[in-house]
Amino acid sequence: MIPERQEQEHEHDYHEVKPKKQGKKRGRKKIESDVNNVAGYGFISPFLIGFFALTLFPILYSFYLSFTDYDLMGQPEWIGLDNYVRMFTQDQTFWEAMKVTFFYAGVAVPIRLVFALLVALALNKIVEMVGLYRTLLYLPSVVGGSIAVSIMWRQLFGNDGAVNSILSSLGLPTHAWLGDPDTAIWTLIVLYGWQFGSSMLIFLAGLRNIPKTYYEASSVDGAGPLKQFFIITLPLLTPVILFNTVMQVIQGFMAFTPSFVVTNGGPVNSTLLYVLYMYRRAFEYFEMGYASAMAWVMLVIIAIFTALIFKSSPHWVHYESESK
Amino acid sequence: MMQSQARKRMKKMIQHLVMILFTCIMIYPLVWMVSSSLKESSSVFIDAHTLIPDVLHFENYINGWKGFAGISFGTFFKNSFIITIIATVGSILSSTIIAYGFARLKFKGKNIWFVCMMLTMMLPFEMVMIPQYIMFNQFGWIDTYLPLILPTFFGIPFFIFLIMQFIRTIPRELDEAAKIDGCSNIGIFTRIIVPLVVPAMMTATIFSFYWRWDDFMGPLIYLSTPEKYPVSLALKLFSDPNSVTNWGAMFAMSTLSIVPIFVIFFFFQRYIVDGISTSGLKS
Repeated sequence: MIPERQEQEHEHDYHEVKPKKQGKKRGRKKIESDVNNVAGYGFISPFLIGFFALTLFPILYSFYLSFTDYDLMGQPEWIGLDNYVRMFTQDQTFWEAMKVTFFYAGVAVPIRLVFALLVALALNKIVEMVGLYRTLLYLPSVVGGSIAVSIMWRQLFGNDGAVNSILSSLGLPTHAWLGDPDTAIWTLIVLYGWQFGSSMLIFLAGLRNIPKTYYEASSVDGAGPLKQFFIITLPLLTPVILFNTVMQVIQGFMAFTPSFVVTNGGPVNSTLLYVLYMYRRAFEYFEMGYASAMAWVMLVIIAIFTALIFKSSPHWVHYESESK
Repeated sequence: MMQSQARKRMKKMIQHLVMILFTCIMIYPLVWMVSSSLKESSSVFIDAHTLIPDVLHFENYINGWKGFAGISFGTFFKNSFIITIIATVGSILSSTIIAYGFARLKFKGKNIWFVCMMLTMMLPFEMVMIPQYIMFNQFGWIDTYLPLILPTFFGIPFFIFLIMQFIRTIPRELDEAAKIDGCSNIGIFTRIIVPLVVPAMMTATIFSFYWRWDDFMGPLIYLSTPEKYPVSLALKLFSDPNSVTNWGAMFAMSTLSIVPIFVIFFFFQRYIVDGISTSGLKS
C-alpha cells in the first residue's frame, strides 16, 4: 500500500548495516547479533502482541465472518457469498450510503485542504500576531472531535438556530437546513471543513521550510506572486499535500460521529454515511456477518484509493533532494 | 517614499482586518455555545444569534450538573478521567518502548514489522471494530472499561512513529558511549533515551488525552450501564432532541465537557504545534 515508505526504510537501513568482518571476530559478531535480536524483539513485543491479537487476527476473523450469518448468539453459519450478493444486488440502502459517503469524502476533503492551504498562505504572509491567529484558528480542530461540537452543530443549523436567526435578521430567507435532504449533507461538509486546523498547521510548517532565496531569485527574474505560487510554492509543498490528502481521504471515508449525532443519517438517508450504516447493521440489527462484509468492501475501496494516490504521486509530488 | 510607506501600512491594516474578521467567523460557533449556556432556557432560540445574554444564568450549570436518571455529571467526569488517564499512561509507556526498539536496535525482520506498523497506522479503527467487539464479548468484557483501556498498552502506531522520528534526532554517539561504560539496552533506554524524548512523549500525551476524552464510538458500543458512561456518551444521551427541554443546561454541560481540552490546549499548545509539524513533514 505504501511502497515509497518501504523503499525509504530499506535505504535507511542499508546505511546502518556495516560490512561483515572476516575471521576471528565472526563468532563474537554472531553472539552480538543474537543478543540484538532478543533485545529488539523484547522492546517491540508489545507491538507484536497487539498486532497479532488486536489487528491481524480480527481482520482475518472479519474476513471469515463476512461469509457467514452471525447474530452473536450461537455459531456463525457459513453462507458463502450471500452477504456480498445481497449487498450489491438487493440492498438499496447500501448504495445510498455508498453514494453519500463518496459525495461527502469527495467534496469535504478538497474543501478542507484548499481552505487549510489558503489560510496557511495568508498566515505565512503576516508577521505580527501570527501566534494568536494560529491558535484561534486551530481551536475548532482541537475541540472538533468532541460530541459537544456535534451537538452544538445540530442546534446551530436547527430551524430556530443561530444560522437561521442571522439570515432572518439580515432579511434573507431561512431554511430547514437539517430537514431538507439536499442541504443536510452540506451541514456535515461545513462541519468537516471548519476543522481545517491541523492540516493548516502542517501546510504552515511546509511553507516555512521553503527557502526565501527562491522567491528573491524569481522576483529578480520578474515573477509575480501568482507565478511564484505555481512555480515555487505549490511544487515544493507537494510532499505535504500528499501526506495531508492520504490522511484526510481515509478520515473522510470513515466519518461516523457527525452523521450519528447531527442528523442521525436522515432525512431520508441523505446523510447516512457508510460507517453509520455499518454500525446499524452490526449493533442494531446484530447482523455481524453482513456488517463484516461491509467493512471489507470499505477496506478494499480505501486500499485502492490510497494505492492510486501513491501510484500517481511520482507524477505530481516533487522531492527536493531528487532534483539536485 | 512617504507615500509608499503609507500604502504599506494601509495594506497591512487591510490584511489584519480580513484576518480578524475571518477568525471571528471561525470561532463564532464556539462563542455561541458558551453564550447559549448562560441564557435562560426558554430564550436560547429567541434571537439565537445574539451573543450577550441580558442576565447571566449560571444556574444552567447547576441544573445541568444534576445530570439524568439520578446520575450527576460528577460521575461521568470521574469516569472520563479514569479511562483517559489510564489509557494515556498505557499508550505512552508502550509506544516509547516500542519506538526505541524500532529506532535504535538492529534485529532480523525489523523492516517487515515496521511496514506492518505503518499499515496499521493507516488502518482505521472502524475496520476492526466488529471482530474486536465479538472477541471482547466472548471474554465477557462488555460493559467494562477493559476494551477501552487494555488495547492502548500495546502501543499506538501514530505515537510510535512520532517518538521514533524524535529518537532519530538524538546522536547515536550518546548510546555508544553508554554502551562502552557498560550500559545495557534497558539502561540506555531508561537513562539516556527516555529523558531526551520527553518533548515527544508530551506531544503524544496531549493527543492521547484529546482522543480518549472525545472517544465516542468505543464507549457507545462497549458500555451499557449509565453509571459507567464517560462524558461523551452521557452528553449524547442528555442532549437527545426528543427528550431535552432544558437547552440552557444542555449547552452548559456541552461547554463544561470541552473545558479539560481547552485547559490542556492553552497550557501546552507549543508542544502540539511542534508535534504536528514534525510528524507531518518527516513521513
